[in-house]
Amino acid sequence: MTTQAPVAPAPPVSGTTAKTRRVSAPRRRWGLTAIGIVVAFFFLVPYVVMLLGSFKTKKEILSIEPTYLPTQWQPQNYVTMWDTPETPLPFNLISTVAISAAATVLVLLVAIPAAYYTSRRRFPGRLAFLFLVLITQMLQPTVLAVGLVRQFLAIGIHDTWLAMILVNAAFNLSFAVWILHSFFATIPVALEEAAMLDGLSHFQVLRKITLPLVWPGIVTATIFTVVACWNEFAASLVILTTDANQPLSVALTKFVGQYATSWHYVFGISVVSIVPVAILFALIERRLVGGLTAGSVK
Amino acid sequence: MGLANYRRVFENDGLPQVLINTAVWVAGVVFVTVVLSMALAQFLNKDFPGRRAIRLAILIPWAASVVMTTTVFYYMLEPNVGILNKFLVQINVLDETFGFTKRPVSAFAVAMAVGVFVSVPFTTYTILAGLGTIPDEILEAADVDGVNRWQRYTRIVLPQLRGTLAVAVIINIINVFNSLPILRIITGDLPGIKADTTTSLTFKLLTLYREPALAQALSVFNFGLVLVIIAIYMAVTRPMRED
Repeated sequence: MTTQAPVAPAPPVSGTTAKTRRVSAPRRRWGLTAIGIVVAFFFLVPYVVMLLGSFKTKKEILSIEPTYLPTQWQPQNYVTMWDTPETPLPFNLISTVAISAAATVLVLLVAIPAAYYTSRRRFPGRLAFLFLVLITQMLQPTVLAVGLVRQFLAIGIHDTWLAMILVNAAFNLSFAVWILHSFFATIPVALEEAAMLDGLSHFQVLRKITLPLVWPGIVTATIFTVVACWNEFAASLVILTTDANQPLSVALTKFVGQYATSWHYVFGISVVSIVPVAILFALIERRLVGGLTAGSVK
Repeated sequence: MGLANYRRVFENDGLPQVLINTAVWVAGVVFVTVVLSMALAQFLNKDFPGRRAIRLAILIPWAASVVMTTTVFYYMLEPNVGILNKFLVQINVLDETFGFTKRPVSAFAVAMAVGVFVSVPFTTYTILAGLGTIPDEILEAADVDGVNRWQRYTRIVLPQLRGTLAVAVIINIINVFNSLPILRIITGDLPGIKADTTTSLTFKLLTLYREPALAQALSVFNFGLVLVIIAIYMAVTRPMRED
């Protein structure tokens, strides 16, 4: 004991060096920022090309001497694209919003209870159930869409928002259940049991303890569903035949012609379509990876 | 009755090439995506100035539809009007513009790169969310015990990430296998089926060759194939194993 005594102060010293390292970190961390900027640039290149292209004239964008920046900025592309003979773009935007929002709400209403149940109850055939859920995701949308058209015609909702809300919800449910299942599974049952011993009802435990802890999972599932619905293409192409009902993803293709593609409109609509989703992401990105479990799970 | 359709699918001379393409496509895109995403997630989990902006930048490819992103890549690599092609000539990587999307092998490689590009953001964010659920206490305890960084990653972080990684890999396998827009836009106009996967071949049979019965047969085969891949993956990694 006594011989070890002189060594004893060592841990606090190493502890303080760890702290000072953290304090002096910003100098080194700017190097990480530089790497990050290169990474970010790499991921942004196509969208920068898209944005710049949307400001070019039709003639310039099809020139065999491609330009980086528009020689003649053409912001009126963003005005004229809403009123073209190809597609009623304002209605396409409304359709995209309505279908995505309704489908996402539907997915969450079904997926949260389903995932909670599969992660908490050891019912017979649980693995088989999860596997079956996954199978629904493996079906190819292209081939599936043809069969869906027949069914929707039979029940009279072909070419309606409702049809695409159901299709989008169905396509995304399995992912939502799976991702939420894996998040629920990381919350110890002991935590819930302790809360129940403290007098909370099962529902209160779910609402006050468990759901806040799986919040990152719910956000992931929500974002994934919104984006998938927003960008859905194959089924919408087959099921929505009325121009005004079609989402932006389908409307976009109206400008891609066999001989003359209106790239400036294709890129303009792409930008308009990407911006809302990017803003949505920006609003909830912080919560996406929030370390909410750090405090409560010990 | 319909068995003849399956026989016709399997007797097609181009099928072995298509099956090889499919294996390369799925294994290559998913493997590179997951490895890159694990590195990127680890990087974005660090604290540095401007991290939030960089994370947001990486979200953009996920926010954009695959159709839109692939269309831009196709446009950028176009030999005549493509800006990326021009750039590669200007920095002397190429002597003259190259028809990346005009030959089966290079077009397929470009398609795979785009496949990785559009898959990385989602995978990275899923892994980041998984990293966020690892309690700081465990990592701090490891630091106190003097574990080096590599050991900390392989022995503490990776086991905690197992469930998250399993979900990310499975979803990627399914999405990449079923992915149509990338191949349709980049290799879709090439003659023949040299740069096709079973999925894009299904679409060609349906629309280009007007063989809906054959397309249905191939899509059932596809479904069986992806089922087998997932079953093998599940058996090996047991993502739902209870600890």
